[in-house]
Amino acid sequence: MDNIRALIVDDSSVMRKIVERSLRQAGIGISQVFEAANGAEALGALKEHTVDLVLCDINMPVMDGLEFVKQLSLLDIAKDTPVVMITTEGSEAHVVQALSAGARGYIRKPFTPDQVKEHVVPVLTGKL
Amino acid sequence: MNAVDQALPSEQGRPCWIPLLESAAQEVFELMLDSHLTLAAKQPDPAGLNVTSMVSLTGELYGTMTVRCSDQSAGLMASKMLGVDVEKAACQMWDAVGEICNMVAGNFKNKVAGLGDGCLLSVPAVITGADYSLHLVAEAGSFQTTLLFEGAPVVFSLQVYR
Repeated sequence: MDNIRALIVDDSSVMRKIVERSLRQAGIGISQVFEAANGAEALGALKEHTVDLVLCDINMPVMDGLEFVKQLSLLDIAKDTPVVMITTEGSEAHVVQALSAGARGYIRKPFTPDQVKEHVVPVLTGKL
Repeated sequence: MNAVDQALPSEQGRPCWIPLLESAAQEVFELMLDSHLTLAAKQPDPAGLNVTSMVSLTGELYGTMTVRCSDQSAGLMASKMLGVDVEKAACQMWDAVGEICNMVAGNFKNKVAGLGDGCLLSVPAVITGADYSLHLVAEAGSFQTTLLFEGAPVVFSLQVYR
């Protein structure tokens, strides 16, 4: 699994770096990483760059992750881009809400690189 | 009995949510910082704890989670989270401590039966300086524990309202 272009969306720059490092530690061949601090920035980034995967927090100012997923479905050039949520909001109701909105996966913080792999690889290989 | 009422009784003199708070914090530090927190034998001098991160909880439980530590501990947390030298991580320490508080609060509420679905978290805020008092309206209870991170105290507390 190589040459993966990822967009990481989180209002914490520290968390964006941790997610990127976890992807690499999980053995996912990342060739390019784009970053955004909220859903609105992420939509802007997707209008300029094509990516294979979006990893997105839920609780963010300006535009949260759930609204981002809904807005993404309306964006013709990127609506099929898979989104995996990475968030502290780990309840069943939040998972259902995120998946209903269009997310393909859900990772609860705190997480290990193995958990990132477990949730991201099926998405990248088209199994989810 | 609601979630707050369940929290208020004590077990052997300790509020019953304290073990959950300790476990939530320990998991975050082990998974995200590769660091094992241990119980502190005594309460720290608050004067040295000049970084405080806060996350509010709302819904089934109204309250505020705080994580309080020294500048040095905050810098070391950022360093361990980012995998870079303390000097390089210094500019990110507030972000790091805020995110730790966010994860501890989220992990804690997911451990309390019935709370995960009905409780939301705010984005974190960070206060610098040790000389302040936090006053909450209609406070119902306060739970606090001190854990050692690389030998230095970190105070985790949760203030809840009815």
